[in-house]
Amino acid sequence: MLVHYLPLIIMIAIGAIFGLTNIIMAEILGPKRSTRAKLSTYESGMEPVKSARERFTVKFYLVAMMFILFDIEVVFMYPWAVQFKSLGMYGFTAMILFMVLLFSGYLYVVKKGALKWD
Amino acid sequence: MEWTKLLIWVAKGAILVNAMLVSAAYMVLAERKIAAWMQNRVGPNRVGPWGLFQSFADVIKLNLKEDIVPAAAHYQFHALAPIIAIGVAITLYAVIPFGDYVIIGGHTIQLGMAPNMNIALLVILAMTSVAVYGITLAGWSSNSKYSLLGGLRSAAQMISYELSMGLSVVGVLMLSSSLNLSTIIRSQADLQWNLFYQPIGFLLFFISSLAELNRAPFDLPEAEPELVGGYHTEYTGMKFGTLYLAEYANILSASALMTALFLGGWDVPFLPKLLGLQPGSIELALLQVGSFLTKSFALVFVVIWVRWSLPRFRYDQLMTLGWKILLPIAMANIALTGIGILLFKH
Amino acid sequence: MDMHVLLFALFAVGAVASAVLTVTRRNPVASAMSLVAHFFMLSGLYLTLEAQFVAAVQVLVYAGAIMVLVVFVVMLLNLGNEHRLQERSSLRSVMGTLIAALFAVQVIITLLAHPTGMNAMSPQALTIGTTESIGQTLFTTYLFPFEAVSLLLLAALIGSVILAKRHVK
Repeated sequence: MLVHYLPLIIMIAIGAIFGLTNIIMAEILGPKRSTRAKLSTYESGMEPVKSARERFTVKFYLVAMMFILFDIEVVFMYPWAVQFKSLGMYGFTAMILFMVLLFSGYLYVVKKGALKWD
Repeated sequence: MEWTKLLIWVAKGAILVNAMLVSAAYMVLAERKIAAWMQNRVGPNRVGPWGLFQSFADVIKLNLKEDIVPAAAHYQFHALAPIIAIGVAITLYAVIPFGDYVIIGGHTIQLGMAPNMNIALLVILAMTSVAVYGITLAGWSSNSKYSLLGGLRSAAQMISYELSMGLSVVGVLMLSSSLNLSTIIRSQADLQWNLFYQPIGFLLFFISSLAELNRAPFDLPEAEPELVGGYHTEYTGMKFGTLYLAEYANILSASALMTALFLGGWDVPFLPKLLGLQPGSIELALLQVGSFLTKSFALVFVVIWVRWSLPRFRYDQLMTLGWKILLPIAMANIALTGIGILLFKH
Repeated sequence: MDMHVLLFALFAVGAVASAVLTVTRRNPVASAMSLVAHFFMLSGLYLTLEAQFVAAVQVLVYAGAIMVLVVFVVMLLNLGNEHRLQERSSLRSVMGTLIAALFAVQVIITLLAHPTGMNAMSPQALTIGTTESIGQTLFTTYLFPFEAVSLLLLAALIGSVILAKRHVK
């Protein structure tokens, strides 16, 4: 059975080797005439002001958090969807209950304005 | 025995990657030609007849360009980001079935590397969720304001639309009761395409794919007027080329996935029966692969068409669309599909 | 050599190596990326145990969702100079070493208790790990825990909004 997944591992290896070759080609081929100006960070022709790595708004963090929670919900749906026809009405009710609970949480999140970008 | 199997897989992988490279080269050309056509221009026409060799010239040029890595950048991660991007993009091709199977000299050859994988769809969703790192790392490691903003934006956008993408395929899974792409395609045989049963699901999947691919109208991570080049502002030469290639590889794999999930995959309605083609014959295999590729490239055309027709969203509009419109619709679609199956299939 | 053993060795060594990298890297982003690699190796280990669904979910949820949050936090906070964050007290490192040693003893005891039975896999393993059988058991035998999970997720949803909202306004 594990053998069925071998192509995936082979393909990951091929992809990594291909990417690596491209990067090495980029390093080897081509001229190397670097100057200080060339190596400075691009900032529309100005001297870069301060570091780029400043703190960002907490909203990005919030979106990632919401994503994890809903992603787990989605993951629960795959085994259910695959078995839907044999579970029938019973499975449908179980999932609707699950979804209603999470959807009320979703409504709370929207009401609180956690997903508002302005 | 095991070693020959291994060799066949490696050969198939090499063929797939090469086919993908050539397709990507012509997709870039097609994009430029179609853009030119829609804007009443000529487009590339110098390298070869109708500019047919333009992309190959571009590849040579990209390889011969100077590789500039800003002094402030994190060198290792700056190089790693394109590898992750293209690695993930190529891996997806392993599970896509391009046709059923063909029997040559008594050997059954599957048309695809691992077309019968049990969890193929989960593998694709898992790999696309990892694709975020290529872009985020590219943005972060460059240590440029434009890159970092582009990378962060794109990561937030991709994870937001991944939800509606993941939910939109649940309806398809309910209909075909499998995560195996070949089984899903077989369940759509004879024009029983999921497109007709899951029109909302298809639309949701298409829109979220565009957002996942960072394509217009959702191309905010590289919105030129505000972010210069977005996450690849600080990339040059073939490192830039690799990121660019990964984008086009992803467009093709997303189109192929949509074909498999909603457009019946390799299914050709009625024609094989009319011509009396046997399963496993070379003619049928050619017909299937041809039909799969035709559908996929038609979708690629639509993706390009959308880019040159629609204006870009604003970032708050984009997040609102993903979280407040697509997500509830996707959930409602699942409930509706459930009711539909319970009512009609029992 | 058996392909199975070869792959197990590959994933096991990879998992340990990436875990060590996660702990030893000074750069938080490097740490996070090593952890992503570690999750991939774990997923491979699950595959050697025929747990297909768990293997895919391992990548989908851990590498694709939870680590994205970690990477976001690393980028959001921008701790900057990592040297400032170096542990002054050695209490934590002593405790960590102690717990690690305890865990190692536990593993050795387990291995000694089952000198032969460890590599034998249940014949049902092939079917148990599929998405279909997980769906079947989850919605029949384990229906109550499944519904309880939705409550847990709901609590987490509300909690995260309350925590973050303090900073938004």
